[in-house]
Amino acid sequence: MNLDPALQTFFAESADLLDRMEEALLRLEEEAGNAELVNDVFRAAHTIKGTAGIFGFDEIVHFTHQLESLLDRIRDGEVAVTAERVALLLACGDHVRAIIEPVANGAGLSPELRTVGEALYARLGVELGRGEARETVTPAAVPVAGAMPAASVAGEAVAMAEHWHLSLRFGPEVLRNGMDPLAFLRYLTTLGDILHVEVVADALPEPARMDPEACYFGYEVAFRSTAAKAEIENVFEFVRDDLQLRMVPPGSKISEYVKLIQELPGEPMQIGEMLVRCGALTAQELAQGLARQADVDAEQQAAPEQHVRPIGEILVKQGAVESTVVSAALEKQQTVRDTKAQEGRFIRVEAEKIDQLINLVGELVIAGAGTQLLAMQAHDAAITESAANLLRLVESVRNTALGLRMVPIGATFQRFQRVVRDVSRELGKDIELVINGADTELDKSVVEKIGDPLMHLVRNAMDHGIEKPEVRVANGKPARAQVMLDAYHDSGSIVIEVSDDGAGLNRERILARAMERGLVAEAHALSEKEIYNLIFAAGFSTAEAVSNLSGRGVGMDVVRRNIEALRGTVELKSEPGNGTLVRIRLPLTLAIIDGFLIGVGAARYVIPVDMVVECVELTAENARSARSRGYTDLRGTALPCVWLRDVLDIGGARARRENIVVVQFGEGKAGLVVDDLLGESQTVIKPLGHLFGHLEGISGSTILGSGEVALIVDVVALIKRIMARTELEQMRYAPPPALSQPTLN
Amino acid sequence: MKNIAKIDSEMELDEASGREQEQYLTFRLGEETFAMGILSVKEILEYRGVTTVPMMPECVRGVINLRGRVVPVIDLSLRFGRDTTLPGRRTCIVIAEIDGEGGAQDVGVIVDAVNQVIEIPRGDIEPAPSFGAKLRGDFLAGMGKLDGQFVAILNIGNVLSVDEISALAGAGGLATRLPAGEVAASPGT
Repeated sequence: MNLDPALQTFFAESADLLDRMEEALLRLEEEAGNAELVNDVFRAAHTIKGTAGIFGFDEIVHFTHQLESLLDRIRDGEVAVTAERVALLLACGDHVRAIIEPVANGAGLSPELRTVGEALYARLGVELGRGEARETVTPAAVPVAGAMPAASVAGEAVAMAEHWHLSLRFGPEVLRNGMDPLAFLRYLTTLGDILHVEVVADALPEPARMDPEACYFGYEVAFRSTAAKAEIENVFEFVRDDLQLRMVPPGSKISEYVKLIQELPGEPMQIGEMLVRCGALTAQELAQGLARQADVDAEQQAAPEQHVRPIGEILVKQGAVESTVVSAALEKQQTVRDTKAQEGRFIRVEAEKIDQLINLVGELVIAGAGTQLLAMQAHDAAITESAANLLRLVESVRNTALGLRMVPIGATFQRFQRVVRDVSRELGKDIELVINGADTELDKSVVEKIGDPLMHLVRNAMDHGIEKPEVRVANGKPARAQVMLDAYHDSGSIVIEVSDDGAGLNRERILARAMERGLVAEAHALSEKEIYNLIFAAGFSTAEAVSNLSGRGVGMDVVRRNIEALRGTVELKSEPGNGTLVRIRLPLTLAIIDGFLIGVGAARYVIPVDMVVECVELTAENARSARSRGYTDLRGTALPCVWLRDVLDIGGARARRENIVVVQFGEGKAGLVVDDLLGESQTVIKPLGHLFGHLEGISGSTILGSGEVALIVDVVALIKRIMARTELEQMRYAPPPALSQPTLN
Repeated sequence: MKNIAKIDSEMELDEASGREQEQYLTFRLGEETFAMGILSVKEILEYRGVTTVPMMPECVRGVINLRGRVVPVIDLSLRFGRDTTLPGRRTCIVIAEIDGEGGAQDVGVIVDAVNQVIEIPRGDIEPAPSFGAKLRGDFLAGMGKLDGQFVAILNIGNVLSVDEISALAGAGGLATRLPAGEVAASPGT
């Protein structure tokens, strides 16, 4: 059997669970009394232990069991939540994360990991209040079992057995579902000792009719453990649907066993004998119990209404459990069911399948546009309408398909809780991370790539931006500093902001360094914004400027490059004394955009609609002056103009009528002069490939409804290119500075 | 290790499919006939409209839509430093698969006419002359004999080197950026 896919799922699930555990632990630091958070942590540890047990990864089970024991005591309120304990639990989470892969690969643990693991194990043991920490579950952690002696007071014959009796009947599908009954028995031993196992093979058909893939077995297990009922039940959590599990706690009344015998399919005497062999009952007890049961049955026939009382009531009446315990159990069952339902709403799908779907939808969009074009040419109202209908549907299919890839950014933001916590301690600063807009969704592929740049920005803010608490207090600020992560949608793109309330950027130092590095010429009258954005320039960051914390060989220029590779932009605002804000603007998706089709001569180009502010006609009389001056008058403001025909070397004579597409880039506006405006259309981005990798100003291509290829204009890059060229030209007419090497990037 | 394994398997392939290796597609460029190994040829299309991509070296004529994929098209004649190929009745685009830095990529080649697939036994292939040919040495894989005449067999990987042409594009981009007159020499051969 190939376990690989199952293992992959185990990795992915464990990673998720560890993330959730970490998140809960971090929140627990703030709200120590929140029982739900302790439960979250416990559940995560428990599920990892369970799954690891199924795979037989003993090292993981061993460690997580210890972890779980401590969590259990915390859950029971016997051990308080303190900062040290949370730190220990966080370290344990990290350790589990670290050992999962080596263990699962069969590589075994490196000596370092082993040392770390043993140290943590020992510390957990100390917290558990035991020097030697092998047998970990304390008797106090067994509420159900603890309630049992009360039953004996109620005065009924109690069996002599000092152990649990488990009756397992596996369903036929168990093996086919990838579960091995033996693995569960093996795993059971992590909670205690199996004293005796009886195999129930009644269901086994004659060999000729036997299905080798079906499971026919059941087991009667005598099990000595101090674990709570729920814990034992949880062992079988993964086969819950395929398993009939009946449990009789130690010290139960004989009638409990009798009830068990009667509930089980098969011959009562035979099962009874098995119980005797398991040591659950003595032969005498069995006979006594069965006889007594016969009496009870007779009684109940006389008073049938008694028979239909709910089981909970019977239990309460019998004194087996207190009514509060029952209602608590019911409540718990409800919450467990709720979380189960929530988990069930998600389906894990291979990313590749979604990509394939989106590619197909892309083709569909192109084909749809083609159909619409033909329909319009056919001048048949009915066909045109039907094509329009089709296109509308295709559009919603497109949106839904793209939505599949959208994930909330919250998970990415949450990761920084830990970073902020750890780093602020390391730096001796008191920093709090404030997260806003965690629900904001963006493309999964973008999320994956934004993590590193964000990490850099957050670390930078903590390291360079935020002052020491003393300094903050002296400046009249609260000692506790804030780093804020914010995300929101804005006109077709997503905006992510990283800000802090620290000291802000030091304008003079940046300028000095930039001049030292030769990034700007002397005494240039740079605007505030231009100066701040210098820190994004390549080669600005130097070894002496970065501490060992944020100086991991990645400068802000790398941050900018990563973001630009995602077709995003980054800008920075800073107010001395009040903090810094870095704003990243990213496209929602990398696959499809809404495009605005324009024509220059016979050539067709697409401009992303998000960039277009408006379109105006360039009248003949304005055209001449605009051409000579390089800008035109747009309702009283000067709009710099660019003739697309010239910058893209399209050639051909100028059209008689020209239009200006006013585009937004960053904070500014510019006019692109084109011949024709051909309207909006959905645009599937087709990469141009490696051959065109150096091309500036063209970001990709798309296929029009007619089958023609149109190029997508990268407005920002194009305008930057033109600005650089203009600067060069101006340099030619200005007295040459000492170094005329053009520094463009 | 991985590389060695790959080379080994390629060698095996060569031996196994030795016959195919000796098959070549011949085509006409101006008055001259060239040949390229049949294994790199994916398909041959009738010439159709090419979308020009600005700011690229002249030999890159543009891109075409090949069943939903965008494929660059190169004018072989311009790549050899000759005249632009004017589309005629027999003009074709040969789609070739080229290995490059970014993995295998399909590249279209404009030729004046496609002739035939021929077999040239290895023994009949002579090494390319080290000088005297009108083409760059690394463009030629050898000289094959066909009906008593020499046919230049192209090393299509080098001719259509994606890395080289894209580097040209970078240089070309810079050239258009620099004020006229300061471009020292036209990039290329």
